Amino acid sequence: MSVRVYVPQDATALSLGADAVAKAIVGEAQRRGVEVRLVRNGSRGLFWLEPLVEVETAAGRVAYGPVRVPDVAGLFDAGFLEGGRPALGHPLSLGVTDEIPYLKKQERLTFARVGITDPLSLDDYLVHDGYRGLKHALAMAPADIVQAVTDSGLRGRGGAAFPAGIKWKTVHGTESAQKYIVCNADEGDSGTFSDRMVMEGDPFVLIEGMTIAGMAVGASRGYIYLRCEYPHAHRTLNAAIATAYARNCLGADLLGSGRSFDLEVRLGAGAYICGEETSLLESLEGKRGQIRFKPPLPAIKGLFGQPTVINNVITFASVPVILDRGAPYYKEYGMGRSRGTLPFQLTGNIKRGGLVEKAFGVTLRELLYDYGGGSYSGRPIRAVQVGGPLGAYIPASRFDVPMDYEEFAKIGGMVGHGGIVVFDDSVDMAAQARYAMEFCAVESCGKCTPCRIGSTRGVEVIDRLVAGQQPVKQEALLRDLCETMTHGSLCALGGLTPGPVLSALNHFPEDFKRHAKAAA
Amino acid sequence: MKGQLQEQPIRPMPAARPLAAAERVKVLEVTARLRTLPGALLPILHGVQDALGYVPPGAVTLIAAELNLTRAEVHGVVTFYHYFRTAKPGKQVLQLCRAEACQALGAVALEQHVKRRLGVDFHGTTADGRYTLEPVYCLGNCACGPSLMLDRELHGRVSADSFDALVGVAS
Repeated sequence: MSVRVYVPQDATALSLGADAVAKAIVGEAQRRGVEVRLVRNGSRGLFWLEPLVEVETAAGRVAYGPVRVPDVAGLFDAGFLEGGRPALGHPLSLGVTDEIPYLKKQERLTFARVGITDPLSLDDYLVHDGYRGLKHALAMAPADIVQAVTDSGLRGRGGAAFPAGIKWKTVHGTESAQKYIVCNADEGDSGTFSDRMVMEGDPFVLIEGMTIAGMAVGASRGYIYLRCEYPHAHRTLNAAIATAYARNCLGADLLGSGRSFDLEVRLGAGAYICGEETSLLESLEGKRGQIRFKPPLPAIKGLFGQPTVINNVITFASVPVILDRGAPYYKEYGMGRSRGTLPFQLTGNIKRGGLVEKAFGVTLRELLYDYGGGSYSGRPIRAVQVGGPLGAYIPASRFDVPMDYEEFAKIGGMVGHGGIVVFDDSVDMAAQARYAMEFCAVESCGKCTPCRIGSTRGVEVIDRLVAGQQPVKQEALLRDLCETMTHGSLCALGGLTPGPVLSALNHFPEDFKRHAKAAA
Repeated sequence: MKGQLQEQPIRPMPAARPLAAAERVKVLEVTARLRTLPGALLPILHGVQDALGYVPPGAVTLIAAELNLTRAEVHGVVTFYHYFRTAKPGKQVLQLCRAEACQALGAVALEQHVKRRLGVDFHGTTADGRYTLEPVYCLGNCACGPSLMLDRELHGRVSADSFDALVGVAS
């Protein structure tokens, strides 16, 4: 009888040697004449334990990690395939996977299957409740699907947090022969990887979510705009889409419904600005990714001038569970106006980095210390950047704020895409502020002046401020510049770059005086 | 030579080097395959870069003609996106992450080490033609940085030593 062994094919697991481990396990099994069935699953999101190898046993799946190639023979010696007591005593043994506290305490709705199933097996997907949401949706009137999404309280998970149902309703109510569903998979924010994990670990959930959107608003065509920095996700998505077509889950008369939906992946080309929805649409049309004026909204005039639903990966991937279990089920999670769950990503200088899906309301402190275990370096955590390169730096005094869109806005921060980048006390916050301006200068689309010119001037002003050249004047100038960028930029890139700059300046002013002091 | 430069008359940009015959065949093969897609230009530029390793400036006129666009439109798109390169790269492309999550784990120091070891700055190709070094802003490996991608292969927790081992630098 062959034993099922899971070795993730997630990009992070691969970056730590998962392929070599998988090969070593297969080779060792052959040498010993035992049969194993290797499954390349997505990651459970416990990245400090990758490559995390799991074995199916009578007691459930048992995990070992982080496994390196030289550990493999020892695991066989300990009888890890039988899952008996000696194997559980192995130094790499983590016990039953589902009982690992980091996982057990999570509330996985969107990530329910990630790391558990074989991402490319449609049968696995179906066994684990896949396509139940779409089947329900196909039995509903389109307006009722939109209403369910509205009632769930789901807000855009890409960062802007706009209610998804409102967007869908506008597209639903706009007459047109051709409408589009566009998935923003240009996950460019540093400190985020939840989109990537879904695309690599459970691609069918994204396909199902987009198909439901198509049924809801009457769109027959969808595009996934994927950043080209994700070659693994690209391969997985294309393979999953091919399977979905072959099994009649996409294309004409899908699932025998008489409805059709076509889906295709398009690659970006390394421009951060293309994560902004109108830039993304320009790029999809084959143009420079320069942002558009709004209005008209993409919901009315979007891709190729047609009504378009544009949402990010996690937003679409959250739709199937809403249609399957019902809006009230989803809405039960969360706090205030932030309903449901958000996959938080613990990154940077963190001991136990990974993915934590929790209902809104969890505090930064719980995420950083209960889950994350403090910094990777072992030094005190000094600042965290939440919400990507445009998110504010949060000092330790604010770690008790709950993760909630409105509560975070009150302290001048943003939850964004749920990425949390941790810095220890060796960080130079003036350098981080400078980097924020530099990044904006590199990535500006050039359409509006505050962003295009302001970011370059911002780098220069910070350099002078840090060098101690008329510091009082420079600081006033920097604040003035930030105000111009905030209020005068056309989109969030120029408009939010002052967030990290000013939060660094306000919470860590001493870092801007360090060099001047040293010179004096 | 500073101070000895003669003022040059303003001249239009020199014409791009004409495409080699083999490159021309590849470009035409890609455009023929993808030209009917809605918004075909990006897929075509990806196709050309996948086939040739770069988008030769000499291909701009050809692509423009095939898609019924102006040279300026195609040139504008090629130069807007960081990913498209207009010079032939080395045998392997090494993308080093510069973003915040990697910075928090020493990416700035690693960047200096990499540049010193390879003897090139960003966008440069090593003297032996082996590596082209490019900056990248996030590879989505933020819990296990610093990260780099060598061709399409992702590497996490990169240190100066593991970098040297990866590129086979004799110490």
